[in-house]
Amino acid sequence: MSDLRELYQEVIFDHNRNPRNFGKLADANRHADGNNPLCGDKLHLYLKIEDDVITDIRFEGMGCAISTASASLMTERLKGMKVADAEALFHKFHAVVTEDGDKGAGPELGKLSVLTGVREYPARVKCATLAWHTLEAALHNKETASTE
Amino acid sequence: MSSVQQPAKATPNAFDAERLRRDFPILHQAVHDRPLVYLDNAATSQKPRQVMEALDHYYRFDNANIHRGVHTLSERATAAYEEARDKVQRFLNAADRREIVFVRGATEAINLVAQSYARPRLQPGDEILITEMEHHSNIVPWQLVCEQTGAVLKVVPIDETGELKLDEFHRLLNARTKLLAVVHVSNALGTINPVKEMVDVAHAQGVPVLLDGAQAVPHVAVDVQALDCEFYVFSGHKLYAPTGTGALYGKAALLEAMPPYQGGGDMIRSVSFTKTEYNTLPYKFEAGTPHIAGGIGLGAAIDYLTDIGLDAVAAWEDEMLRYATARVHEIPGLRIIGTATHKAGILSFVMDCVHPHDIGTILDHEGVAIRTGHHCAMPVMEHYKVPATARASLALYNTRGDVDRLIAAILKVKEVFRV
Repeated sequence: MSDLRELYQEVIFDHNRNPRNFGKLADANRHADGNNPLCGDKLHLYLKIEDDVITDIRFEGMGCAISTASASLMTERLKGMKVADAEALFHKFHAVVTEDGDKGAGPELGKLSVLTGVREYPARVKCATLAWHTLEAALHNKETASTE
Repeated sequence: MSSVQQPAKATPNAFDAERLRRDFPILHQAVHDRPLVYLDNAATSQKPRQVMEALDHYYRFDNANIHRGVHTLSERATAAYEEARDKVQRFLNAADRREIVFVRGATEAINLVAQSYARPRLQPGDEILITEMEHHSNIVPWQLVCEQTGAVLKVVPIDETGELKLDEFHRLLNARTKLLAVVHVSNALGTINPVKEMVDVAHAQGVPVLLDGAQAVPHVAVDVQALDCEFYVFSGHKLYAPTGTGALYGKAALLEAMPPYQGGGDMIRSVSFTKTEYNTLPYKFEAGTPHIAGGIGLGAAIDYLTDIGLDAVAAWEDEMLRYATARVHEIPGLRIIGTATHKAGILSFVMDCVHPHDIGTILDHEGVAIRTGHHCAMPVMEHYKVPATARASLALYNTRGDVDRLIAAILKVKEVFRV
């Protein structure tokens, strides 16, 4: 039970039940679909980018607690961030939650570090990274991202 | 094979699952510090030691290539492999051993029929009829052959309980229908389809029928002569046999008329650069050195199941399914997906406010292995408007105790998620 709590931390339940920045973004100028074909998770990400800054971001979709919380935490964190910084954060986050990556969460992850528990659950890493892969697709003007 | 021990036999009136469990070494381990409860049998079943011993015996004493050597080992290997074919023949009650083609599994068997039987016969506008509850392996091979020929795929819908809409089936079957391909037992819902009636209706219109028995053979006695289907396919690995094994049953006259599926060794009688003569049935469809040990293991698995008695197994599993269904009904916020009148071995469900993936992780923590996802049946998920389900699936070694552990683990999910 104790290690289950490391995966399912309070913050994750909170963001799963009440996802932040959830819904359509009418004036988005970038967007992408993310699919995790293995478990059927789907999300749609909307971004509004002005002068290389993410001025607004929202998401829609259905997924497990980990993927929903990850998308919610990501949008919360990225709002107002420079695109280049968002890219750097994607690489940092990805490295930390995948097994080969840097084990130290590092202070720059902040609240996102609640998701590092997935490292111990190889089957669940894709749940945590789906929103971020979708972000990458949107930033690079690809329409879809898949975790496969 | 005298070195292989007989299974722990159950008396007709008292099915002794606890005793049979001793035949499955893998079940006796801890996962996350709890005794393993394995309820993912629809994905693949565990293997009894009788099957493992058959493989071990083959590799220790008989390993040689088949159908060609004159030496003793090759003769023994050939005899054992061909004996396994006889076992499959009896298991399905096929009229002729030549009607049993060994394949890697149900998927390969369906692809074989799609390419060797359907493809040369299909014209643009012809129709292949399948159902909404098919596994992807009984959808995609037909989509491929439709692309190749201009034929059209038609789909019999299901109702809310997960049963086929038979009135729609009657309506969709028409003069353009060239083949009906139907799952015998649904892997996502557990529904046992009325395949005998469907074969009769199809035959009345002159339509041949393929039945996908991958999920049926461990739970339902199959008699291909009584069913009168043209093709019946199954995989060994859901039947307590090794992965990479399976069989295609086809009526001899149809198999005779079909071109080979793959070219290579063993499927030929003579080869020259001007003319190659194909081998007779079933070898015409068995190019290359097969999974010999696996085929022998499949024979051992059939012996194992036959010794216990498939009817006794089916009755036991039905009792466990009824018990599990009644127990999960006690859990508020849980919905069973697939409530057909006739079901075999499958309990698919979803829970309010908890995604199946999260259910799977927490159940695993409790030592309970189930499958979560779309079960390679995405159209079924689409029908029920769910992204995925959690699926517990039964085998002959599952007990009331296993069901009780499943229920306790589901209650743990509710506790963790506070729902």
